[in-house]
Amino acid sequence: MLPTVASFLSQLTQTLLVVLLAPLMAGWVNQCRAWLQNRSAPGLLQPYRVLMKLFNKDAVLAHNASPVFRCAPYIQFGCMALAASIVPIIETNLLFAPAADVIALVGIFALARVFSSLAAMDVGTSFGSLGARREMLVASLSEPALLMVFFTPLLIAKSSSLNTIVDTIAHSPFTLYPSLAFAAVAFVMVLLAENARIPVDNPATHLELTMIHEALILEYSGRHLALIEWATAIKLTTYCAIGIALFAPWGIAAGGDWQLLPGAIGALVLKLALAGAALALVETVSAKMRIFRAPEFLGMAFLLAVLGMLIYLLLGA
Amino acid sequence: MALSAQLINVFAALMLLVAFAMLAQRRVRSLIDLFACQGALLAANCAIVAWNTGLSHLYISAFITLILKVLVLPYILFRLITRLNLKSDVETLIKIPTTMLIGIMLVVFAFNLAIPISQLAGTVTRGTLGIAIAVVLLSFLMMITRRKAVPQVIGFLAMENGLFFAATSATYGMPMVVELGILLDVLVGVLILGIFFFQVREAFDSLDLKHMEKLKESDG
Repeated sequence: MLPTVASFLSQLTQTLLVVLLAPLMAGWVNQCRAWLQNRSAPGLLQPYRVLMKLFNKDAVLAHNASPVFRCAPYIQFGCMALAASIVPIIETNLLFAPAADVIALVGIFALARVFSSLAAMDVGTSFGSLGARREMLVASLSEPALLMVFFTPLLIAKSSSLNTIVDTIAHSPFTLYPSLAFAAVAFVMVLLAENARIPVDNPATHLELTMIHEALILEYSGRHLALIEWATAIKLTTYCAIGIALFAPWGIAAGGDWQLLPGAIGALVLKLALAGAALALVETVSAKMRIFRAPEFLGMAFLLAVLGMLIYLLLGA
Repeated sequence: MALSAQLINVFAALMLLVAFAMLAQRRVRSLIDLFACQGALLAANCAIVAWNTGLSHLYISAFITLILKVLVLPYILFRLITRLNLKSDVETLIKIPTTMLIGIMLVVFAFNLAIPISQLAGTVTRGTLGIAIAVVLLSFLMMITRRKAVPQVIGFLAMENGLFFAATSATYGMPMVVELGILLDVLVGVLILGIFFFQVREAFDSLDLKHMEKLKESDG
């Protein structure tokens, strides 16, 4: 099948939508957190201002930085933009969808992570390697959990393509799937760990004892830092979009149906806003764990995902 | 599938989740909350089965379950741990992540065990029999891995919940007389065990059951 202009346009719309909305999503989560903590927030558009400021600054590189250090931010940004274009967020018939299924999606996230860890170790500061080691500890546990989470919807739709999964769940008579509820809880736990949110990592700290993500990017500045911050925001938005696509896909238009698009965009914005508020709530009510409790937390996520799959096999729902 | 049948499946899945949460829980107080939660799920499930099948005696057992397992037993247990002044965390014999892994194995075993049985049953709830067996086995595992007396009693009560659930899913509940008898037994059992706790603590200065292993009079 040759790609038509229409499918190309819809793919472009989706990718640009996620990439451009991502900083807004980050701002919205911060706004909600500030409300819950009785602070006044820096404003919804603050992440855009930070990105502008960083892009206008000169990048400073360490003397012994290798090309890996230079190209890692571009690779991370590229991976996240690619991941954002695979997940169906407003309609299902995506041009890029045949390129990668959910398992490849996990691989794309892993590629970005490998490069961020390599770059952190490249300069040779102790903080960088400390952060890389912690990141890999968390990642090695959250990745199998994420794969397990994907297996339940995958069994329901009998396909590993996100498009087919969304089509099966959204455009068939409403059914309660207890197995999906388990997978959803596990997915939220993985989301918190992978995006360096509070029970596992605190995105707002530079305290060396606790930081994971911030330790990785300590050596970056200027446009490199801007790209990494942007990629982080896209990652968070993409994870929310995956969650929406798997567990609440109602409102996503079937491929090629242009009249449904405005409704689909409205539904998306509403769902993302709700997801951001819920994320801020989870982060406010929970305390940061010790790093050695993280394996237990992620083990729990893995267990819930396995339970979801077992329940699907037993009950068929 | 009818909505009621779907709801039965959802509640069954939640029962399993609560059983795992109890296995992972470190605090006695939260353990009692979870037990009450499991009782509420059981009562709701029973009521939905009654609604689905039109069997009125199941409404009565749902109501009795609600009163006894959500209100009375948790209240008695709360009073007990307040009077015994239990605040510390529960100690487990095996580390909790390992326990969870064993739990998963038990669930797989129970599901496999239930498949031939549920093929013989003709009830709408037959699919949930595997979950009921899994809940019984998980509660049993909890009794084995806990060292203190109170969590062991909660594990025992949770096991009774699992058996009740199994009866509901396999044959739409036991005869009323049997059901009432069991519930009365459980109530009296908890009262007696409550008194027993005080005796154990008076004798050994602790509720740790490992002291009970050296009751022999020899080589003292």
